[in-house]
Amino acid sequence: MPIPSSLVTLLVGMALVLSGLWVGYNVDLLPLDASANAPVYDSLFRVLFSIGTILFLGIVGLVVFSLVRFRRRSGDHTDGLAIEGNLLLEIVWTAIPAVVVLFVGIYSYDIYERMGGMSSLNDHSAMHRMPGMETMEASVTTADPALEATAPVKAPRVWGGIGTAAGEANVLPVEVTAMQFAFIFHYPEGDITSGELHVPNGRPVELRMKANDVIHAFWVPQFRLKQDVIPGQPTVLTFTPTKAGSYPIICAELCGPYHGGMRSTVVVHEPDAYDAWLQKNSPVAATVASAAGNPTA
Amino acid sequence: MTVASPNDFQESLQPQGWLRYFSFSLDHKVIGLQYLVTGFLFYFIGGALAGVIRAELASPISDFVSRETYNEVLTLHGTVMIFLWIVPVVNGAFGNYLIPFYVGARDMAFPRLNAVAFWMIPPAGILLIGSYFITGAAQSGWTAYPPLSITTPALGQVVWIVSVLLLGGSSIFGGINFIATVLKLRRPGLKLMQLPMYCWAMLGTSILVVLSTPVLAGTLLLLSFDIVAHTGFFNPALGGNVVVYQHLFWFYSHPAVYIMVLPAFGLVSEILPIHARKPLFGYTTMVYSILAIVVLGLVVWAHHMFTSGTPPWMRLFFTIATSFIAVPTGIKFFNWLATLWGGKLALNSAMLFSCAFIVNFVFGGITGVALAQVPFDIHVHDTYFVVGHFHYIVYGGTVFVIFASVYHWYPKFTGRMLNEDLGRLHFLLTFIGFNLCFAPQHWLGLNGMPRRVAEYDPSFTTLNQISSVGALLMAVSSLPFLYNVIVSAFRGQVAGDNPWNALTPEWLTSSPPPVENWVGEAPLVQHPYGYGVDEDTLSVQAATGRDLWSGAGRR
Repeated sequence: MPIPSSLVTLLVGMALVLSGLWVGYNVDLLPLDASANAPVYDSLFRVLFSIGTILFLGIVGLVVFSLVRFRRRSGDHTDGLAIEGNLLLEIVWTAIPAVVVLFVGIYSYDIYERMGGMSSLNDHSAMHRMPGMETMEASVTTADPALEATAPVKAPRVWGGIGTAAGEANVLPVEVTAMQFAFIFHYPEGDITSGELHVPNGRPVELRMKANDVIHAFWVPQFRLKQDVIPGQPTVLTFTPTKAGSYPIICAELCGPYHGGMRSTVVVHEPDAYDAWLQKNSPVAATVASAAGNPTA
Repeated sequence: MTVASPNDFQESLQPQGWLRYFSFSLDHKVIGLQYLVTGFLFYFIGGALAGVIRAELASPISDFVSRETYNEVLTLHGTVMIFLWIVPVVNGAFGNYLIPFYVGARDMAFPRLNAVAFWMIPPAGILLIGSYFITGAAQSGWTAYPPLSITTPALGQVVWIVSVLLLGGSSIFGGINFIATVLKLRRPGLKLMQLPMYCWAMLGTSILVVLSTPVLAGTLLLLSFDIVAHTGFFNPALGGNVVVYQHLFWFYSHPAVYIMVLPAFGLVSEILPIHARKPLFGYTTMVYSILAIVVLGLVVWAHHMFTSGTPPWMRLFFTIATSFIAVPTGIKFFNWLATLWGGKLALNSAMLFSCAFIVNFVFGGITGVALAQVPFDIHVHDTYFVVGHFHYIVYGGTVFVIFASVYHWYPKFTGRMLNEDLGRLHFLLTFIGFNLCFAPQHWLGLNGMPRRVAEYDPSFTTLNQISSVGALLMAVSSLPFLYNVIVSAFRGQVAGDNPWNALTPEWLTSSPPPVENWVGEAPLVQHPYGYGVDEDTLSVQAATGRDLWSGAGRR
C-alpha cells in the first residue's frame, strides 16, 4: 500500500523540526559566556539558530528535491502543469512567517529588556555620576581643545548604550576614553588610570565612554556586548562579569590604519585579587598609564 | 505622443556595427550592453581588490600591503562592487535591454537621458580607480563615516565623493527613465498586471532610487563641505553630529540593498518559468510583495546603527520593521519554489545559478532576520558575521542572478548560445568557492573577528585561510566564464530567435533584435507566463503582432 502523501509530509516536517532543534541546541558556535547577559544572549541565539536551521533545511530540501524529481527527461519538450497560483497557499505562507517573525521580535524584545537595554539612559547616568568625572575629563591631555570646550559641564546626555545598574548600590563606574588606537580606562574610585580594564567578578560595571578623535567601538565577545564610542556623544555600557579570566577588548568600528591593532584586555579578577590590584595601583604614582594596547600586537 | 527613437537622428552620424558600442548611441539595447560590459570590467577590478584583501588576511599579521593601502583597498572594493558593478548591471544593463521589450516599446522614454546616464559611469569609475594612483584613494570604507572621513587624507575622500555623486546621478536618471517607460510607454492594450515581473521589480526599484539617492547626494555634499570648507555639519569638534550622518547615509544605503536585490528578484522571476516550463506562481502576490518591500525598505535603515548613538525605543522599532521585511521576501521565495514544483526543469546553467541564488539568499535572509534582533546584533555588529551575511545577499543573491541572466539572455544579445558544459563548470566552481569563502566568516564574527581589519587574532588563521582558498576558487571560476562569453560570440552554436521557446516579448523578434526591436508591429503579450496551456497554433517565429493582438495564436 502506498503511504499517503499527507503522512509523508507530516513525517518530513517533524524530522525537520527535530533536526533543527537538535542542531540549535547541540552545535555550539559561540565563545565562552563570561557576563550575566551572555547566557541570556545565548538562549536567543539557540532559538534563532533552530528556527533558521529548520527553514534553511526545508527550503534547500525543496529545491534539491524539485531539481531531481522534476528534472526534464531527455526528449520531453512538453510544458509542466499550468498552475498559476493558489490563494490558500499564499495566505499560509504569508501568515506563518508573519507569526514567526512576530514571535522572534517579541522574544528578542524580552531578551533585550532582560539585558537592560530598555532602561532609560539619562536619569540613571545622572544618578550615578561620580565627583571624579569632571577632573578626569579635564585631565585627558590628548583631547582636542575644541571638543573639550563643547563638552557639557554636568551630567552630559547619554546618547546610547545599555544601562542595567540603575538602583544597584555597588556598581563600579569606569570612564573609558577611546582614541586612535587605544582604550584608556579611568577609575574614579581611587583615581587609577590603566590601559587594561580590571574588574571584580560578580560586581556590575558601568562604562561611561567617550572618544577623542573618531568613532570607535568597545566590544568584548565573551560578554556579547558592543557599543560605539562616539566623539561628542557620550555612551554607556553596563555588564556584570561572571567568570574570572582575561578576555579581549576589540575595537569594532573602522578607526584608521591601525584599527586591527586597537585591542586591549579585560581582566576579571576574583574580588580579593581585584582589591589587591586596586591597592597596588591606587597610590598617586599609579596615574601613569600602563602601555595602552600595543598597536602592532 | 511622439517618441524619440534612433531614427529621428541623422543616420550617417550614428556609427554602425561594433563601433556603436563605443558611441553615444541612443538604442536601449546598445546602452544595455554598454552597461553590462562596463559593469563586468569593474567587477574584475573589484574582484582583484577582493583578492588583495584575502591575500592580506591569509596571515594574522599585516604583511601583504601597508595598513593605509589595505584601508584604501577595502574602500575601493566596496564602492566599486556596489556602485560600478551591481547597481549598474542589474538596473542599467538588464533594465535598459529588457524593459522596452516588456512594455512593447521601441526604446526607453528618454533615450538621450539614457545615454547620458550610461556615459556618466566610465568617468566616475576612472576617477575612483585613478584616485588610488594619483592622490591616494579614500580610506574610510564605503560608508565614509565622519569624523574618520574628515581626518583621513582629504583629496582621496573628495574624489570618492565626486565619483559617488556622479554614479548616484546616473542611477537617478536611470530610475526616472524606468518609471516613465513602464508607466507611459506601454503598448496600447497591455495592462499593468500583465507586465512581466521584471517590470514591477524595476518600477519598485526605481521608486526607491528616486526617493533615496538624492538623500545620499545631499549628505555627501555636506560631508565634502566639512572636508573642503571646514564646515561643521558632521564634525563634533565644531559642534556637528556624527550620528546624523549615519542616519542620512543609511536612509539611502539600506534601500540600496533593495536596489541591488529587487531587480535580481525580477530577473529570477523571468528565468525560472521559462526553464521550468510553468507559469510564474502567484503573480499578483509577487507584485504586492515587491511593493511591500519598497515601502518597508524605506523604514528600516537604523538597524545598521544598533550599536551607535540610538535611543532604546528606536532600536526596538527598527527591529520589528526589519523583521517584517522577511514576510514579503518569504512570499517571493515560496512562490518560486511553487513555480519549480511539478515543472519540467532544464538543468542548464541559467537554472542552476537561479536555484543556487534561492539557496544562498535564503541563508543570507535567515542571518538577516537574526541580525535585525537588537540583542543579537549588539554582539555581531561590525564583525565578519555581517561581512558573511551581506556577501550571501549581494554575491550569493544578486551576482548569481547576474550570471544566470547572462546564460539566459546571451543568445538574445549575440544570436549564439553559450557552451553549457563550460557554464556548468563555471557554476560548480563559483558555488563551491563562494560558500567556502563566506560561510566560515559567520563563525569568525561570532567568535571575535571584527570587520575591516588587516590583522587578527592568530587563533582565527585556519578559517581565514579556508576563506582565502574559496576566494581563489571564485577567481578561477571566472576563467571558464570569460573564455565562454568571448569564444561563443564568434563560434557558439547559432541560437535562433527563441532557443528557450519562451513567451516573453524579447524572444518574439530576431536574435540579436533589429534597431527599434521589431520589424513590424510590437506584439501584445498578455500572458507572459502562459506555459502549460495548449500549444500555440501559430509558430512563434511566424506570428505577427496582429495575430497576437487578436489572440489568434492562443487556444
